[in-house]
Order: sequence, then C-alpha cells, then structure tokens
Amino acid sequence: MAVRDRIPIPELEPDVRKHTFSEVSRGYTLEMAQEEAKRCLQCKIPTCISGCPVGINIPGFVKEIAKGNLEKSFKIIKSQNYLPAICGRVCPQEVQCEGACVLNKLGKPINIGALERFVADYAQNQGFNTKYSNLSNFSIDDKSGLKRSPKRVAVVGSGPAGLTVASELGKIGISVDMYEALHEFGGVLVYGIPEFRLPKEIVKIEIKALEELGVRFLKNIPVGYAVHPRELLEEYDAVFIGVGAGTPKFMGIPGSELNGVYSANEFLTRVNLMKAYKFPEYDTPIRIGKRVVVIGGGNTAMDAARSALRLGASVTVVYRRTEAEMPARRAEVHHAKEEGIEFLFLTNPVRYLGNEHGKLVGVECIRMELGEPDESGRRKPLPLPNSNFIIESDVVIEAIGTESNRFLLSQFPDLKTNKYGYIVTNEYGQTSIPKVFAGGDIVTGSATVILAMGAGKKAAEGIVKFISE
Amino acid sequence: MEKEISIKNVILSKRRLSKGTYEFWILNELVAKRAKPGQFVILRTSEKGERIPITIADATDSKFRIVIKAVGKSTIQLCLSNVGDTLYDVAGPLGKPSETGYYGDVMVIGGGVGIAAILPIAKALKEAGNIVRVILGAKTSYELILKDEFSFADKIVVCTDDGSDGIKGTVVDGMIKEFSVSKPNVIWSVGPAQMMKNTSKVALEYDIPIWVSLNAIMVDGTGMCGGCRVLLSRKQQNTVIEEIKYVCVDGPEFDGRFVEWESFISRLQQYKEEEKRAFEKFLEEVGDLSWL
Repeated sequence: MAVRDRIPIPELEPDVRKHTFSEVSRGYTLEMAQEEAKRCLQCKIPTCISGCPVGINIPGFVKEIAKGNLEKSFKIIKSQNYLPAICGRVCPQEVQCEGACVLNKLGKPINIGALERFVADYAQNQGFNTKYSNLSNFSIDDKSGLKRSPKRVAVVGSGPAGLTVASELGKIGISVDMYEALHEFGGVLVYGIPEFRLPKEIVKIEIKALEELGVRFLKNIPVGYAVHPRELLEEYDAVFIGVGAGTPKFMGIPGSELNGVYSANEFLTRVNLMKAYKFPEYDTPIRIGKRVVVIGGGNTAMDAARSALRLGASVTVVYRRTEAEMPARRAEVHHAKEEGIEFLFLTNPVRYLGNEHGKLVGVECIRMELGEPDESGRRKPLPLPNSNFIIESDVVIEAIGTESNRFLLSQFPDLKTNKYGYIVTNEYGQTSIPKVFAGGDIVTGSATVILAMGAGKKAAEGIVKFISE
Repeated sequence: MEKEISIKNVILSKRRLSKGTYEFWILNELVAKRAKPGQFVILRTSEKGERIPITIADATDSKFRIVIKAVGKSTIQLCLSNVGDTLYDVAGPLGKPSETGYYGDVMVIGGGVGIAAILPIAKALKEAGNIVRVILGAKTSYELILKDEFSFADKIVVCTDDGSDGIKGTVVDGMIKEFSVSKPNVIWSVGPAQMMKNTSKVALEYDIPIWVSLNAIMVDGTGMCGGCRVLLSRKQQNTVIEEIKYVCVDGPEFDGRFVEWESFISRLQQYKEEEKRAFEKFLEEVGDLSWL
C-alpha cells in the first residue's frame, strides 16, 4: 500500500533563524493540518496511544482535524493533556507516539506533534481554549465531594510536574498554592528551553489559565529557608514537591573555574529567563564569545549551541561518542547542522586553558574510540592515547547533565531519597511521608516535560485519594 | 499561610550612610521573620533587571535592612529608589546561616559595606555568650558606617587608610595588633574580596578558622546554575584536595583559609566590560550622579 508523504512543517530558513530567537517551526496551516490528518489510518488497535505517556486519544483528535471539527479535536486532547501547545512543541514524539505509529513500516509516521500543536494554537487563536480548562478525566471527580470541602494543597516548584498537579487539583475545586523560588513561573519551560523552540508567551497563557482556575501563584519564595517544609505539612492537607533536577554537573577537569566556562543551565538561564540576549536593554550580561565549544550530545547541548550561535558566535559541539549515540532529538541535531553548527564526535575535553587574566582561551581535547557496551547499553568511549589537540575558544558550555537539586531537600532530611539523591515514591508519587507527594525530575532524574506531566497526573490522583480518605 | 503575610517589598525608610552608600528598610514579612545572620536576598529593580544578591543586614518583625553601595547600574538604580517605592522582586532568605555558636573569644572584621553584613553576625555571637572583638575598616572616617551600632561589642578597633579614625592602616594591621593581645578561637571577615583574601592569609599563618562571606556573581541563588562556584583547596599531608562548591547553597560563608582567592577574584571581574557598557549607557540617561 502506498502512503502519501508526510506534510512538511514550514520553518524559518536557516540563514534567517540563526540571527533571531523567533520560533523556528512556524506550524501547519489549517489546510496542511487537514492534509496530514487524512494520512492517519485510524487503526483499530492504535499503537500510538500506548506510546503517549499521558494516553491521549490520538486517532480521535486526528480524525476530528480531518473532519474540520477543531473544537472537538481540542477537547479530546485537553481531556488528557493539560499543556498541548507545549507538548506539541517539545515532546520527543519520535520515540513516543510517532515512534509507535504503524506508518513507520510503510513510510513516515503521522506528524502527531505538529498536529497537536496546530490544534492547541488554533484553540488559542480562536479563543475557545479557555472553555476547556475545567476538563478533567478523574473518575473520582464530583462524587468525592471535595468541591465543597476546604482542602488545601501546596505545590512546590512550578515546572511541568507542578503545573499539571495544580491543574488537575484546581479543576476539581481543591485550593492550590503554587510556590516558586524564581521570579517567573514555569520552571524549565522558562529558564531552560529557548524561545526559538518554545515561545515564553505560550507558558504565560497556561499560567494565566491556571490562575483563572483559582490556583494561587506565589513567586520568589524559596521553600527551604523562606518557608520550611515542616510548615507546609502543618498548613496543608497535602504537599507536592516538583523541584526538578536542576543542579548542573561539571566535568571537573582542570580550568573549570576560568572565566568563560559555563554550565548549560547558567548559559540558558541567562539567555532565556534573564533575556541576556537583549543586553544592555536587559541588565543581565552574558559572554558571547567568538568561538564557543559546547560539550555534550543531549537536547540541552543543542539548545545551548543554537542559543550561542544566535548570539553571534561560531559553535562547535564536542561529543565523546558518535552521532548515532547522541541522546538529542534527531530534529534538533538536524536543525543545529542546518544552522551551521560544527560537530566533533568521538572527542572529549581533558583540560581548559586560560590566560593570565583567568580567561578561557582554549580547550584541550582527546580523541575517543568506542569500546564494549557499558551499563547504559551504549558502547563505552575510550580515550586514544596521544591524540590530544587544542580548540581555540573563548566560551565553553558544559551540557553533560544535571543532578538532584539539594536546595529544598537539605532542609527536609526525614524525606527518603535514593543513593542519587532523588525522592523515593510509590506509583502515585507518594513519598516516605504520607502527606508528601513528589514527581518529575526530582524523582526520576533528568527526563522530559511529558514524563514530568505524566508523573504530575499520577500524583494528583494519589493526592485526591489521600485527602478524601 | 502567605494569605496573612505581607510581601509588599515597599521601601519603608532610606538613609544615606556615606557617599554613595545607603541603608534601606524593606517591608517583607516573610524575609524578616526567617532571616538569620549570614543569609542574603536576591533583588531585582525592574522587569528588565538582573538578580542581585545582597546580604541581609538586620531584620525585625516585618521588615529587613540592606545596605547598598552604588558601584554599577543596578546598585545605583537601587540607591536612586525612594521611600514608598516597591522593589520589583525580593527572593529570600537564601544561603546557609552563619554558625554563630559559642566559641569563647571571637573576632569579627568588617570592611566597607561588609560592616553592615557582619553586624547581625557579631550580635548573634555576643548573644551566644562569646567575647566579641570587632575590627572595622574604611578608607576614611567619613566612609566608616554603622560604627555606633556595635556598642554591644567587648572591644571595637577602627582602622582607616588615612588615619582619620583609629589606627592608620587596614583591618589586617588591626587584626595583627589584636592578636598580640590574644588570639581568637574563630574569626569572621566580611568586606571587599581583597580584604577577605588578606585577612584569610593572616588567619592561615596563625592557624585560626576564618569565615568569609563570598560575594560571588549569581543568577538564581538556589544551586541551579553553578555560576557562583568557588574552588576550595586544602593540603592534607602531601596531597592537595580540591573541591568545587556553590556559594549560593553551600555558602555564602566558607573558611577563607581554603578559598582559591586568585580564581575567585578573577571570576568577580567576568563581566567587567559588559558592566562598563551598561553603566555608561545608564549615565547618559540619568546624567550626573556625583551627588549620590
């Protein structure tokens, strides 16, 4: 059987977009979306749904697009996914829904991500999105009588996990207070993911929708010192912790303290949250660099590299394995290459070189080769002796991963964590302290937006069950 | 809980302590109630402002005090704020509190605006039953701030570069002079990086623990960016043990004997050129500020 080609998504041209933080992907038009939706085979047993961490009825919403019932389509998505405009943009669909699409056997899968985004944006533009803020798929819903009870829940951290908990609980009438340490809400959605992949305006719209649901947003409150976790336990019927895995790891090689060596978290936070790309209109500075070396092969490395490029640097990504092992989304690697970012595979830094003013001037690297598979199943990179070489560079961005953020946990020693410092929970996010729930990266370690949302949803169920007992 | 607590961030009072140095009391019940000596807040003056870490220099029921020296665009903007203005953002308290237990004989050294930072620490040490000797340093007597508020101390030694008050010399001179009277069991030293470096060097020679409060460049202040990282190194037998610590969550206080001062000071200069650019542009907008 012949399958029609997937409808490509319009994008900004590489030459244009490397000078701007505007969103790269422009999204489908209605006609394109309908064309793409018509490619869906409407499988009797849809494999795509099982590939979705929050179980969206994908063939259902795709079918409604094809029929032109966009409001109905939006309702289907929204009943399972509280943040479709965000997930449509940042989910790794190729390993989730699209990866499970049967069309993979015949050609290219349905572009589910682009369709989800299209419907969410359409709903926003047409103004019918807010009509469905109250949609809930809780089986307990009204029967629990919670709507009339003055139950109160504190959510700590306003990233994807926390926002989902707030949404699920808010929808059934539970009072939610959302605590955020920073001056803006959204967590990694605002400090981590760049504007060119996820416009911040979209996050703002979602926060506003939650405010309308009655969620109280409290910014600039670092739970730990400003409010002790114990006080939250006394004050609220349940507490959800979704503080993420935001502490950056460093290679720890000589020269790490030199000026010009950044963690990806710092670089991206300066650019995204603090808008350093608009310095001096905005006060936060950033070192732009002529030649930037980014270390790592994940999505954060791609975000950092592409941000540095947009600031005006020439950028080289250094990754110790080969392109095939890169954890970054293919689309992002492809975008980065199109924009002119250079990749050095099988290469690892061993030392940073500085001048007499403590400024970075170069990165000494070593060539690697792949040995036997390691515990992750990927072939372990091993250094090739005497293959050292130097890349002249004035900025280095390390994007080699993050770990558990100790900020809140250091003030909450009774909470059980595992050997990596992540909170131990049951499948409903309940921790060793029954009143305390947790989800997202602070439980799983660094993962994706959608998995954090999935965890938030589960935890919300757990919380409802717990406080109705 | 926050329903009842007011986080208005309104400037309740402003006082000029010296040229370009101002004291502010800010309404924020949450910070005021929780603040412990040694902790800091992060402020922003506008929607486009940077996040500025400032040590809390005292707190009562509903308000806390900060002392600001106008050195760049953001601190000048702060100093240009007036009573009744609202600060755009105030987050805190942040950082580990000072370990103000009982040590017996303690020495507290403050230089420049660092004097404001050591005041609550010195007070807490006094309340813990220590004998507290205070050494205060400034360029000239006019720039010596808050001296009167240290009257609780067992001894105050003032050092000015020009000899206009107390000893003619730096706090290091005062420190060594006091050592000849008696060696303290522990020292706190807060001020410009160079001063903290110099006092730490003396403390290392005399083998006395010395807490310094590092004024590193920060973004979030919650351990998320690593920009404030500092290298600590200590010799153990024949090996040197090096550690990277985050000032925001592991500090801001560290034993100055083990701080790698050279890299710390050079990291403070990271954005010198950018700061200069922003400052010059700002001056064009606001005009002459020599009166500040």
